[in-house]
Amino acid sequence: MVPSDRRYTKEHEWVRVEGGVGTVGITDYAQHELGDVVFVEMPKPGTKLKAGERLGTVESVKAVSDIFSPVSGEVSEVNESLAAAPETINKDPHGDAWLVKLRLSNADEAAALMDAAAYDAYIAEKA
Amino acid sequence: MHFNKTCAREYPFWRCKADFLTALFAHVNVADCSYAEIFPVTSPATVPLRKTALHSAHKRLGARLVSFGGWEMPLEYSGILAEHLAVRNTAGLFDVSHMGEIEVRGDNALALVQWVTCNDASRLIDGQAQYSGLMTSAGTFVDDLLVHRISPTHYLLCVNAGNQDRDFQHIVDQNRFGAELENAGPRYTQVALQGPKALEILQRLTQVQLAPIGYYYFAFGSVLGVDCLVARTGYTGEDGFELYFAPEHSEKIWNAILESGERDGLIPCGLGARNTLRLEAGMCLYGREIDETTTPWEAGLGCICKPAKGKFLGSDILLEQKQKGLTRKLTGFEMNDRLIARDGYAVRCGDGESGQVTSGGPAPKLKKNIGMAYVPPKYATPGVEIEVIIRGQAVAAHTVSLPFYKRERQA
Repeated sequence: MVPSDRRYTKEHEWVRVEGGVGTVGITDYAQHELGDVVFVEMPKPGTKLKAGERLGTVESVKAVSDIFSPVSGEVSEVNESLAAAPETINKDPHGDAWLVKLRLSNADEAAALMDAAAYDAYIAEKA
Repeated sequence: MHFNKTCAREYPFWRCKADFLTALFAHVNVADCSYAEIFPVTSPATVPLRKTALHSAHKRLGARLVSFGGWEMPLEYSGILAEHLAVRNTAGLFDVSHMGEIEVRGDNALALVQWVTCNDASRLIDGQAQYSGLMTSAGTFVDDLLVHRISPTHYLLCVNAGNQDRDFQHIVDQNRFGAELENAGPRYTQVALQGPKALEILQRLTQVQLAPIGYYYFAFGSVLGVDCLVARTGYTGEDGFELYFAPEHSEKIWNAILESGERDGLIPCGLGARNTLRLEAGMCLYGREIDETTTPWEAGLGCICKPAKGKFLGSDILLEQKQKGLTRKLTGFEMNDRLIARDGYAVRCGDGESGQVTSGGPAPKLKKNIGMAYVPPKYATPGVEIEVIIRGQAVAAHTVSLPFYKRERQA
């Protein structure tokens, strides 16, 4: 069961909303599919993103994968610890390995995404 | 996120549960080159993937399986980085049964081998092997391979997985010497035990004295009562052995090696680590650094190309190219910063000239990002600043000599 305090996209990103700020990451399913993460490329603070727009890149040993922003907003904070320790994404994708925080431009957007139960069903179908 | 959107020449492992061949030919393009061009299929798309005799063992060990060269093989078990470092620091065990074996026998066996390969097999003694190239009439590579001389009238060729049928047909077509040929792949299981502890781990299982077997030499002997060809060869840049034996003994040997090496930290390793290890060791991969458009001179493999041995398939073209000079040459490079160059990315050299990355990725032991690329020859010397185009950005790198990594040799 994925954490219930957040919403999920079909592209395996999650967003947790707290008081107008959305914290974004990728799911455990995503990190497992990727394998060992070796590099993370993230936007600079101040970058404005629309929902569905490319936010950055997560690279594993073998592959380069784009990450898309689940919601619209402005990047307020970037998780700098991932530069030195990209493997955190494999170890704690739902916690320590958050990617960015966004000041949301539309607080209702996240509600339209899958909740935990829907995402669990979605990935179960893929198995 | 989109998995693997820009790095097409890789294993579509996340699609493992779908139709493999559909995934294999999903035309995800990098540098105008699709899967179909890299892994050409000679059989209809409905043919299922081949499995080695160790397939159940891989599933039991929880391997992530992928399609490769027409086979279903383990990509990784515990993770590519852990497996790579295990081989560098202690030992790893690979199932490489997907590789092909071609037996060449008869009084004219050597003549045929000399005709179709670029290295000089007449220099081999019984029990010695050499790295070589299977040549086209244009002096380019049908495949790269190991040539083992078992006796003056018996040679064993070890060829790449996806190429074995094509290689065999090519050798058959060139066999005006009346040599006896056998496409012997199904008769062999092949495993590779690689790493500084490989010898110690294998020695516990056999009376064959391993230490005297020199690098690129082999011996026949019994391992746990199973007749094996024990070769001191490998594709990792570490010391180690490749064992060839009859498939019915596969699980016995595989399990025994893993058990013997458990106390040393031996782990099973898949194709993911096999690729990062060979890249870090500066070794070529067919379909990347070498293919039917590349000559040994271009690939920096002059050491295995011996026109002085006498005429061979393509040797006249090769001598001509040596005289005229090359238009491109393979070089190693290291990224200056943290971004990673990948297979197929464009390279920008000075003076508006360009090249292309053949293989690129992280080097887990060296903790750098490395790659090999074809560039105009004047840039193929160490210390030249170049740029790799990564997602539209020109990113700084510099050329280095190969190999990137060289193991410490025991005195």
